[in-house]
Amino acid sequence: MIAEAGLAALWFAAALALLQLVLVAMGLTGRKDELLAAVRPVAVAQGLLTALAFAALVTLFLRSDMSVLLVVTNSHSMKPWLYKFAGTWGNHEGSMLLWVTVMGVAGAAVALFERALRRDTHMATLGAQAAISLGFYAFLLFSSNPFARISPAPADGQGLNPLLQDPGLAFHPPTLYLGYVGLSVAFSFAVGALLTRRVDSAFARAMRPWVLAAWVLLTLGITAGSYWAYYELGWGGWWFWDPVENASLMPWLAATALLHSVTVLATRDALRAWTVMLAVVAFSMSMVGTFLVRSGILTSVHAFAVDPERGSFILALLAIYIGGALALFGWRIGTVREGEPFELVSRETMLVVNNLLLSVILGLVLVGTLYPLLTEAFGHKVSVGAPYFDRIAGPIALGLMVAMAAGPLMRWRRDSAAAAGRRLLVPAAVLIVAAVVVGLLAWGRIGILPYLGLVIALATAVASVTPLWRRSLRRTPLFTWGMVIAHLGCAVSLAGMASDSAFTVEKLVAARPGDVIETAGWRLRFVQILPRAGDNWTALQADVEASRGGGSPTMLHPQARFFASPPTPTTEAALLTRWDGQLYVVLGQEADAGRWQMRIWWKPFVTLIWLGGFLIALGGALALVGRERRGWVLKWRARRAVA
Amino acid sequence: MRLLFAILLLLAPVPLLAQTALPPAPYADRQIDDPALERKARTLMETIRCLTCQSQSIADSNASMAGDMRSQIRERIMAGEQPEQIRAWLISRYGDWVSYEPTAAPILWPLWAAPVLLLFAGLILMRGRIGKRRRP
Repeated sequence: MIAEAGLAALWFAAALALLQLVLVAMGLTGRKDELLAAVRPVAVAQGLLTALAFAALVTLFLRSDMSVLLVVTNSHSMKPWLYKFAGTWGNHEGSMLLWVTVMGVAGAAVALFERALRRDTHMATLGAQAAISLGFYAFLLFSSNPFARISPAPADGQGLNPLLQDPGLAFHPPTLYLGYVGLSVAFSFAVGALLTRRVDSAFARAMRPWVLAAWVLLTLGITAGSYWAYYELGWGGWWFWDPVENASLMPWLAATALLHSVTVLATRDALRAWTVMLAVVAFSMSMVGTFLVRSGILTSVHAFAVDPERGSFILALLAIYIGGALALFGWRIGTVREGEPFELVSRETMLVVNNLLLSVILGLVLVGTLYPLLTEAFGHKVSVGAPYFDRIAGPIALGLMVAMAAGPLMRWRRDSAAAAGRRLLVPAAVLIVAAVVVGLLAWGRIGILPYLGLVIALATAVASVTPLWRRSLRRTPLFTWGMVIAHLGCAVSLAGMASDSAFTVEKLVAARPGDVIETAGWRLRFVQILPRAGDNWTALQADVEASRGGGSPTMLHPQARFFASPPTPTTEAALLTRWDGQLYVVLGQEADAGRWQMRIWWKPFVTLIWLGGFLIALGGALALVGRERRGWVLKWRARRAVA
Repeated sequence: MRLLFAILLLLAPVPLLAQTALPPAPYADRQIDDPALERKARTLMETIRCLTCQSQSIADSNASMAGDMRSQIRERIMAGEQPEQIRAWLISRYGDWVSYEPTAAPILWPLWAAPVLLLFAGLILMRGRIGKRRRP
């Protein structure tokens, strides 16, 4: 009954999306206000219905209803409830339903809250949103029905991939999807503005909070995903340049560029066509990402819900939306008036440089990710991995960091080169001092990229807080704080990356209980190894006592786990976090009688990578609140005045 | 009861582990004593694809074939071979697919040219935008 109700809700929502599109099209072309008046309630109803369908699927998973095919193939009654709940989207159908739900709810939010926008642009935006949703409804209903029944119902399900049985699953996919959908809203705004010829700063101000929110969520999602892969896969790496990782990075790069250019458009009314173009690219990249991840066309360690046939459906959707958007862009871009001018030495120029470098990195990641497909078509299998991306994108990213450090110290529109130079004096001095000091300490021991990374991280950290110099900190606007914190986060993250690749110490041993292992100033005593059991797994657990410099020891418990359904071995690394790094211990297989393989890493300052990611997201959130708070307060006052 | 269940389940994976009945690869999980050589080997291993995995380097894989390849690489490094010689040997054996570092084969020229082309295209786009004064 619940499954059928969910399916019905989904069909109704799809019908409402069609209605919404027709209403907007007829209302705008025929100038019929009575039709347009119905659009907002329809969008809200559609959002509620998708939420209902999603709630139905969650209920089915929580109840372990084994008459539903999706629950059978992806769940098990003995699983902890958190993974029953999060398992709802740990599979293809469920994750697409989550996507559609988020999209429906976001559409309702646009209908309810974006009334400051001109009415026709607002309506065209909702029409575009309905058009995008329709494709995804079709995809769900015709090729990936999450509510399909199975008869006869089996006694129990097949379980969830053990790698996914982690609190990260509850957080990471929904965050990324919210981000992707936020970009789809930005895309709808761009389409709406193009259709109604309203590409101006008012449009940019309406779009900006959506871009900012999407960007914050993407940042959090990628940061969390990176940390999850780092501790779950048990190999101490945090970024592999795997196709799925690249798929999540590309929308983030596009969103970062869009975020900066939409700010230029909102504050200075420049970069109009470019901002619209970036909105199209950002959404395209989230579609390309979904396609790459869902189709399984490229092999990946992180692909868990893959189906090649459905890939072609997404590819068709991709072609229709991107092709349509680019056609509209080409057709209407001539009507977009030129924005406000600016001079070579100005903050706008630095933001254009930022956009250029981000776009080049985005292009390289896209080319590098898809290139193996291209050569395979010619019968030549190649791999494009970390050596390519590090070597090619790494230096460009370092250049981007320099632009990021210098940009906020420039004035809008026009600046004198001498004055800008004076403001850059302190960061430049830090850069030189850091280059000499790091060079003296570590030259010859570390590679050129980690070296440059450390030096530039130090200099940009100083430069990113320089905009606060000689300002009253209490009167500095919240969005300036946001920018400073986000930029500082980039420097912090870069420092962590450089430090990890430069100074990590690895130790592989085959140890028996009682052995003492010394590495990187740590002393590890292998105490014992014992079997353990959880709800749906059993494990061998090693007890390892770690201490440093005569301090009090800490007990670590790395495990080699074995999950029963589906039968899979996994490793549970033990991590010990200290202010200056992380100790990472993995229990491997039995080497020979009584001796066990162990991998031990000391990773100096590796945690800065994710701390930086968190700071970036925090900065984005502060900027969002700072920019929008005034609007909220005004709206609230207006509403009170009416009441 | 739980413990009994645990012990029963622990017996289950035994046949899986017994699959590696081949002579063990001595340096699969054992480091070279000389840290400089080990660093060389490690750097190379990080750029060699594990052929039986889903997109992982042999440095990051538990697969037995990855272990064999790690052992091969460490042994060859200790025998004095250079990393690029070993890479070439692996490529001749398994094809370009095995190296995460794209080779200089003609089919890969566009890939290596991509950064220059993209930067150039970007600069041309930018040139028209900057330094314009408001027209009278």
